[in-house]
Amino acid sequence: MQYEFDFASVLANWPQFLEGAWMTILLSFPATVIGFVGGTLLAIGRRSDQRWLVRACGAYVEVLRNTPLLVQVFLVFFGLASLGFKVSAFAAALLTLVINVAAYTCEIMRAGMDSIHKGQIEAAECLGLTRRQVYWHVVLRPAMEKVYPALTSQFVLLMLASSITSQISVEELTAVAARVQSETFRPFEAYILVAVAYLALSLLMRLGLWVFGQIVFTRQRKLGSAK
Amino acid sequence: MIDGGLNSYHLQYLLFGALWTIGLSLIAFVGGGLAGGVIALCRVSPIKAVRWATIAWIQIIQGTPLLVVLFLCYFGLSIAGLELPAIVAASIAMIVYVSAYLGEIWRGCIESVPRTQWEAAECLALSRTQRMRLVVLPQAVRIATPPTVGFMVQIVKNTSLASIVGFIELVRAGQLINNSIFQPFTVYLLIAIVYFAMCYPLSVWSRKLEQRQQFGNRGPATVPVTTA
Amino acid sequence: MNLAQDAALQPVAHAALSAQQPQQQGLQQLPVVELKDVHKSFGSNQVLKGVSFAIPKGQVVAIIGKSGSGKSTALRCIDRLEIIDSGTINVCGHAVHDPAIDLRQLRQDVGIVFQSYNLFPHLTVEQNVTLAPKAVKNMPAAKAREIAARTLQQVGLADKAQAYPEQLSGGQQQRVAIARSLAMEPQVMLFDEVTSALDPQLTGEVLRVIEALAQGGMTMVLVTHEMEFAARVADTIIYMHEGKVWETGPGDMLKNPQTAELRDFLSHGL
Repeated sequence: MQYEFDFASVLANWPQFLEGAWMTILLSFPATVIGFVGGTLLAIGRRSDQRWLVRACGAYVEVLRNTPLLVQVFLVFFGLASLGFKVSAFAAALLTLVINVAAYTCEIMRAGMDSIHKGQIEAAECLGLTRRQVYWHVVLRPAMEKVYPALTSQFVLLMLASSITSQISVEELTAVAARVQSETFRPFEAYILVAVAYLALSLLMRLGLWVFGQIVFTRQRKLGSAK
Repeated sequence: MIDGGLNSYHLQYLLFGALWTIGLSLIAFVGGGLAGGVIALCRVSPIKAVRWATIAWIQIIQGTPLLVVLFLCYFGLSIAGLELPAIVAASIAMIVYVSAYLGEIWRGCIESVPRTQWEAAECLALSRTQRMRLVVLPQAVRIATPPTVGFMVQIVKNTSLASIVGFIELVRAGQLINNSIFQPFTVYLLIAIVYFAMCYPLSVWSRKLEQRQQFGNRGPATVPVTTA
Repeated sequence: MNLAQDAALQPVAHAALSAQQPQQQGLQQLPVVELKDVHKSFGSNQVLKGVSFAIPKGQVVAIIGKSGSGKSTALRCIDRLEIIDSGTINVCGHAVHDPAIDLRQLRQDVGIVFQSYNLFPHLTVEQNVTLAPKAVKNMPAAKAREIAARTLQQVGLADKAQAYPEQLSGGQQQRVAIARSLAMEPQVMLFDEVTSALDPQLTGEVLRVIEALAQGGMTMVLVTHEMEFAARVADTIIYMHEGKVWETGPGDMLKNPQTAELRDFLSHGL
């Protein structure tokens, strides 16, 4: 195998890689936040008394989870454009990521909320809390704490999945790698660099989310574990 | 609902693509399953070096987008001087990816067999290999079935990325059709429906298996690790 | 009754009178199980603080005490499920405290039954019982099935050979667990609170099996909360308190406790 690795010419493009990483973050962070809120709302919907709402949310989740993200991205970007709704690549990417992660978040939050013991809810109601207060203090907040590790994993996966948006010309990390390799003719080095960048981003993201969890979930911080 | 541009030849071509999607999924599942089994066993090996190397490998694969892994395999092959069709690169990438995830899932299932089962087998004088083979693995396989079936859904969806390196599966077939009739909404909607038809039954089956287990032995509820 | 006492404490041993002392006392003096000054800690928590006792062949010993007294730990140390920090344990000629011990040989001579039965859920009752004889002793399948039939008969479950553990009651599962250990033909049987997880009405069937085993001459160590059973069936009772052997004696020791702690323990019924 007569191949000489040449990382130098690829590394020379480091500003572009940085911009690509920034774009990845610019996509992932808002998608995480909005997707989480949306997913939680969906989970509440799936547990409601109204059958039509349960069915509708259920159908949404099933459709999103059983079709590939690539196809979803194409549908939103190319498909909507052909119907007259022209959006920028970034907007299409963000929209697709949001509706995708909302579906997965819904299932995670639902599992968390379902695991709250009925006795807890009864006790809260017997103390005179309103239904909304019960829902927030006894169902949603403990559920979030319980499923936080699963949510963390899901959001890191979202960040990794954002690489797919390179296919609709969003200039995130993977797209930058494609561009750099077409200029330097060093595809292997370019993609190894990008792999390392993604690894670094995942680690940073996990760390950041862990710190956030420690701040928000005070019981975890004090007792040292989530129960 | 299908407009004039889409005719039966197109539909046949899409079906052809769908078959290749299933083919690549099977290659990924079988190859990745075999490699994943090895990884799961290495992950619980009593030898520290083996364990740590496996953990590092899994972390690397799980921390890299599949698309990047795919490109590395694709370009890596040409560096090695091999002129092979895109399906080989796609297969290798999928096998690497699947083995890391299935390995972790199966490792979790091995470890969720209660410690007391290990103890009981140990106290009957069974050797470590016998304990694994006769007592722990049979139970681990039972526990592993629902999440493994669930992961098959991820495999099918992720084969869509092979289109990017030119492998003609369902998405690529659709792109080629779209290039001639310029009806992206219809084409991609149809593709989405076909994927749904393939994946939804697997999802339902996986949930059924999990429910059946909750009533049987005390298997743990597995938190679904999902990708797009 | 020869029992080594904890030298640091005032040894409290009741007069070991028994009209049924076997004639070959000289031969039977070699203990099947012997613990000498055993210490064991879990982290900073010292659970065994110098435990010593010896069990001759054919004797039944019941270990009683509060939770946290170290009784289960002491039992588990005998089969090397826990590794002691200091002291010696000799079982059937094996030096259990020795790191180089052949565990497979030890586990063939020692049978243990757990509180949570731990039957293998993916195997039938018969397969549960024949697994070890086939895998460890390389016994041919037919002979293993014979032994299974015999031991299942002994515990009164011959008709359940093809059932799966989940189809049996707790008491039945525990009896299968006993049969499973018996099939390896051990020299000593250990019972770790085997009736504690059972409903009261299922306890009786398990205790009857244990009593029958005792009458058959098996050397046994029972950790148990069943005081009346212990008093009736055991040749010697060991009361453990805070990681030490506090009082030992024959069954009627429970009617005449000498130490305040044992009196306290018995009156609280735990």
